[in-house]
Amino acid sequence: MMPGPRLGTILHAVGLLIVLVFALFPFYWMVTSSLKTQTDLLASPPMWLFTPTLANYRDIFADTVVTTAVLNSLIVASSTTALSLLLGAPAAYALARFEFRGKADLWFWFISNRMISPIVLALPVYILSRQIGLLNTRLILVLIYLTFTLPIAVWICTDQFRSIPRDLEQSARLEGATQFDVFWRIYLPLGIPGVAVSAIFAFIFSWNELLYALVLITSQGLKTAPVVATNFMSGYELPWGKIMATGTIIVLPVTFFALLVSRHMVRGLTMGATK
Amino acid sequence: MRSLTTAQHSPSGQIVSTAPSGRARHHPGYGRWTPFFFLAPAVFALFVIGIYPTIFALVTSFRQYNITRHADMQSGFPFTGFDNYVSTLTNRTFWDSLLLTGKFFLTVMPLQIVLGVLIALMLHRPGLGMLRAFTRVSLVVPLAATYAVVGLIGRLIFNRDFGVANQFMSWFGVASSDWLGNELGAFVAIVVMDVWQWTPFVALIFLAGLSMVPVEIEEAARLETKSHWALLRHVQLPYMLPGLTAVLILRSADVLKLFDTVFVMTRGGPGAATDLISIYVQRAGFKVFDLGLASAQAILLLILTIVLSRIYIRVFYKEIE
Repeated sequence: MMPGPRLGTILHAVGLLIVLVFALFPFYWMVTSSLKTQTDLLASPPMWLFTPTLANYRDIFADTVVTTAVLNSLIVASSTTALSLLLGAPAAYALARFEFRGKADLWFWFISNRMISPIVLALPVYILSRQIGLLNTRLILVLIYLTFTLPIAVWICTDQFRSIPRDLEQSARLEGATQFDVFWRIYLPLGIPGVAVSAIFAFIFSWNELLYALVLITSQGLKTAPVVATNFMSGYELPWGKIMATGTIIVLPVTFFALLVSRHMVRGLTMGATK
Repeated sequence: MRSLTTAQHSPSGQIVSTAPSGRARHHPGYGRWTPFFFLAPAVFALFVIGIYPTIFALVTSFRQYNITRHADMQSGFPFTGFDNYVSTLTNRTFWDSLLLTGKFFLTVMPLQIVLGVLIALMLHRPGLGMLRAFTRVSLVVPLAATYAVVGLIGRLIFNRDFGVANQFMSWFGVASSDWLGNELGAFVAIVVMDVWQWTPFVALIFLAGLSMVPVEIEEAARLETKSHWALLRHVQLPYMLPGLTAVLILRSADVLKLFDTVFVMTRGGPGAATDLISIYVQRAGFKVFDLGLASAQAILLLILTIVLSRIYIRVFYKEIE
């Protein structure tokens, strides 16, 4: 029918392959670099074929700097995630099922948090947390990360709770359930998919964060993984193998999570502008 | 009104319960304060960590507040009116930084839009199911990547001596260069990394638009014309247009926020070649420790962002308003 459908298909396949390679190349390069010796890494032009070694990973696990940092990131990101759900899910229930004055304004306020530059908050939070002795604690990171994880949790959960049929709620109410029972026993269990997706987003975003962690944490033992990875970048001869191995360890869990929620990725990032 | 409700519920004998149940006549099933209890914790948290610091920054922006300058501290960080704003707005480097941020936006945006549309069309085109699904999933990977690590990868790829970027260029007969060491090279390098990380986002938004085209319409159009261009122009583009507005607004907010990747790759240098606005403000605050001045700059940045987000909400959340 079409002139040369074969040519079209070939072009299509080539195009898709280029996109695939383009999307994955930096990761491929990071992972393979993490498996090279320093000599192979500094080869010019760069080597595509080499004998892989796990030496860089052994180095990382031998001294505690990176493992401590990963542990810190894990603590901060999980606490932020838990707190976002604890605060976000009830709020989402209220936004999904109740009518009240100021609802639209509240909604806009939640949404606009997505766009605010972290540098705007980093300055005052630095001064304030210094005054109340929270500077240089994991707690201040958890709290400040809520500014971007909470809106996303609220948004995704609201959307999910809206899809739950109201009849369930009404029959439960007739049987004498309190409003909290309705939320706890009906909305939360049935809304699990949305809650899980928002948990994953909260985790990814707080795991990836650099700016706040950079300025609010000063002692080595409390630094998060992205900060420690960045700190390798000083001195003359950079330990590229270790840097790339650390990078791989940081990116691996979020990549896994991102693949889990790949269908929701765009909606999460746009806060639902594109349904 | 109140007495009527009280009278109705007097058998219960509880005065406290009368006010909420009085409302319950308008909203059957719950009291007036019920949503408040569910919302209060989240609203309180966002107020304490979001609004209060912002107000504090606003106040700080009117003071002389350099925590490394002893005189400031001894005089109790005095209020100096609009001094910080005046010195920000009359400072050439601030405008240069804003201008550079604008230039960066105008460079990455056309690239991301054109590549995004192309990729979306390829992902939408029927056939090659496996490869298409695989490519689509692979696009999610850059989106979740830790920005700081993207910056580290960028530094390795664009390294002068052993970077793979120079190897690629040599295949096309272009001589090696010190990408991050010269102004144009550094700018190109951060553009490339941004295009890599955010083109997938743009592509997936356009793809979402394309999948809204009703199947019957698209098939009818394919029977009607053999021209891909006509199909694109009259059937597919109209469905991608709302996505374009979302992309423009969200990406402009993102560029104003952009810090991690560029900070790791270039620290804003060489010179001021990649000194985007977030990096500029961060330096005033945490290198110079002139928090008053930096707060004024941050507030100006915030105003810009609020304008953008108001536009965004106007355009996309109309149904709620």
